[in-house]
Amino acid sequence: MKIAALSIINLLTGLVLAPLLPGIINKTKAVFAGRRGPPVLQTYYDILKLLRKGAVYSRTTTWIFRAAPVIGLAAVLAAMTLLPAASAPAPVSFAGDLILFAYCFGLLRFFLVAAALDTGSAFEGMGASREVQFSTMAEPALLLGLAALARAAGSLSLTGIFSGLTWQVAGPALVLVSAALLIVFLAENARIPVDDPNTHLELTMIHEVMVLDYSGPDFAIILYTSSLKLWALGALLVNILLSVLPLRGFAATGGVFIGLILLSVLVGIIESIMARLSLLKVPQLLAGAVALSVLALALVLRFTS
Amino acid sequence: MSILLDTLLVTLIITCFLLLGSSRLGACIRISALQGVVTGMLPMALEDCSLLSYVTALGIAVIGLKGYVFPRLLFSALRESDTSREVQPFIGYMASLFFGILFLLGAFWLDTRLDLPVHSSSSLLVPVAFSLMCSGLFLIVARRTAMNQVIGYLVLENGIYCFGLAVVSGMPLLLELGVLMDIFVAVFVMGIAIYHINREFDHIDADRLSALKG
Repeated sequence: MKIAALSIINLLTGLVLAPLLPGIINKTKAVFAGRRGPPVLQTYYDILKLLRKGAVYSRTTTWIFRAAPVIGLAAVLAAMTLLPAASAPAPVSFAGDLILFAYCFGLLRFFLVAAALDTGSAFEGMGASREVQFSTMAEPALLLGLAALARAAGSLSLTGIFSGLTWQVAGPALVLVSAALLIVFLAENARIPVDDPNTHLELTMIHEVMVLDYSGPDFAIILYTSSLKLWALGALLVNILLSVLPLRGFAATGGVFIGLILLSVLVGIIESIMARLSLLKVPQLLAGAVALSVLALALVLRFTS
Repeated sequence: MSILLDTLLVTLIITCFLLLGSSRLGACIRISALQGVVTGMLPMALEDCSLLSYVTALGIAVIGLKGYVFPRLLFSALRESDTSREVQPFIGYMASLFFGILFLLGAFWLDTRLDLPVHSSSSLLVPVAFSLMCSGLFLIVARRTAMNQVIGYLVLENGIYCFGLAVVSGMPLLLELGVLMDIFVAVFVMGIAIYHINREFDHIDADRLSALKG
């Protein structure tokens, strides 16, 4: 019973604190640039402000456009319930839930892309095309990385994986998976080497362009969804690294939270010191992530056989 | 299985992927230098022949040759030619990376099929050696500039050296042969690379001159 309560607390922590992460990233970037920057809680303010406003819908859109934010939020919430915090089990856990975890994000992406195409805007269609193109490369990296983790831990559920990882046996493979997942994390969350979240209305952007037509509460849901996505994929990466430490109970919750803050600071640093890659170079980066995942899987197969 | 040895071998594979995926020649030279240094550290990381004086001397010689002498030679050749990146390889970088992955998987498969008298403490050494050899050969055929072809040759040589380490344990004959081959590579580097790139450079100049004549 205590364990169930703990996993519910972990889930609620994620749901409440997720909008903090974009704030921390922006704060880090501001500090690097010598600015004061927006407050850390800015995403909460944005969401609250947007929720009070009314929504405007274009006449060319259909029900897909209105349904997409809600379905996306539901998909990410489902993914969050599958996510354990370090060794504490997830609220929902079964064999093979790592595939559901990966494809919850697939569902989110599908509906965002469908909604972007639904608006009939050439701009959003271009963003949708790029999003799909890059995710065809990011998805194999994520799934192969998860497969390597599953094989290393000998379990097919995320809860079993993160309580069963041993760094003594599969250390090099876990480092490779972490590197691959970091690239996937940056690509999926539209952060800098792949996409620049600050360039609104530029031809270079991918994710931001797809949500241009949303307003009011719908856009608040999209903002919240993307910060939950940042939390969920980040927590996956942090969990792998945290499996070095024997964390139990509330220490695990705290550990994941601190790890995510450090990851956000790292993302802020990466965004400050790197330029966005040109669009032709992005598939190369993602192919590198796939290569790392394949290498990790080959290593794990060799070590555990 | 030692963590140090496995880390070194994984580094070798990653440098291989980097070489297959990068277009800047300067970066390629630095990566191949890193690969040479890691290769030189391998015999010291092997458990069965550690702390022997000749193994250490051999390792230091390899590190000095591949980590310092060859990069310097290649960089001076790069300065003489005006090229800084591979413009149009025969096979693109994405496709090269996928070939790299295929080589890796093929190497692991081949290792399970072959029944080699391996003395090594790591089960990774032979597959890594095979995939280095394949990637080196691939670089030689898939790239246009002489610089990248020489680097491919160095990668191939690193693979052969690793294979020698895995199969011949404690007996340094094959290892010494490997070092001799390194010296041959040095001659190869100085002669062919500079000749090729200079010829390419002259060709570009002549082209420009004929365009001026109209």
